[in-house]
Amino acid sequence: MTVLLVALGAAVGAPLRYLTDRAVQARFGSAFPWGTLTVNVAGSLLLGALAGLPTGPAVGALLGTGFCGALTTWSTLSYETLQLARAGGRLPALVNVLGSVAAGLAAATVGYTLTRTLAG
Amino acid sequence: MADGAGRRVDPDVDLRVPRDRREVAAHPAAVLGAIAAGGVLGALARAGLQAAFPHGPATFAWATFGVNVSGCLLIGVLMAVLRAAGGGPPLARPFLGVGVLGGFTTFSTYAVDVHAALVAGAPATALAYLAATVVGALFAVWAGDTLTGRLLSRGAR
Repeated sequence: MTVLLVALGAAVGAPLRYLTDRAVQARFGSAFPWGTLTVNVAGSLLLGALAGLPTGPAVGALLGTGFCGALTTWSTLSYETLQLARAGGRLPALVNVLGSVAAGLAAATVGYTLTRTLAG
Repeated sequence: MADGAGRRVDPDVDLRVPRDRREVAAHPAAVLGAIAAGGVLGALARAGLQAAFPHGPATFAWATFGVNVSGCLLIGVLMAVLRAAGGGPPLARPFLGVGVLGGFTTFSTYAVDVHAALVAGAPATALAYLAATVVGALFAVWAGDTLTGRLLSRGAR
């Protein structure tokens, strides 16, 4: 059952990352990887919110491990950072990786604090 | 690079690369289906490793660390191979890169585990995990891409 829930969440999360990335690039251009930052921060916010709630293992498998896990990515982030650095952009590369980590941690904290407070 | 893939920044999709720009309109079901199928395989592999090597909130998340660093090594290898092959088969990047490796690695679990270690009163673990993942991921992607690129160019000579 857990396997099916993880699979279902990932089957939605991975294509949603791709489609969000396309939509963000179509709007803001492709020089800086805003699309990946968007999915990583949104997924961290949602997973942080789930961590603050008394959820069961089924919700964790579907939305946490499956959906948020596949929506967000380290492989894409690291490759983008490498390519930004190679294009001569040491500063954009550093801003991309450190900014993603800072924004992701902040989003996880906000999500957790919000649901923790609301759930009392 | 005739196809513009050499200037690619985003391995998931870069709209400056003509093939990336056209792929969804041309074959929406195949592209999105390949990404979903790859994502399922990657996520199940990650879930299996996380279940095999569990960790508490105050301890280092070795399974997720290993998943993220190895996934970064593999995206470097994959992108170097696809670059040398002029992009490779049309569904190779969507299935293996966006799907399998994107679904295997996770940023949200990383962020939430760093936060959980802080909440659990283990700031040293949180900081070590935060920094080790950043350094490990960047070294791994550089090594995977650079070494594979060198091997392929040596083989082509």
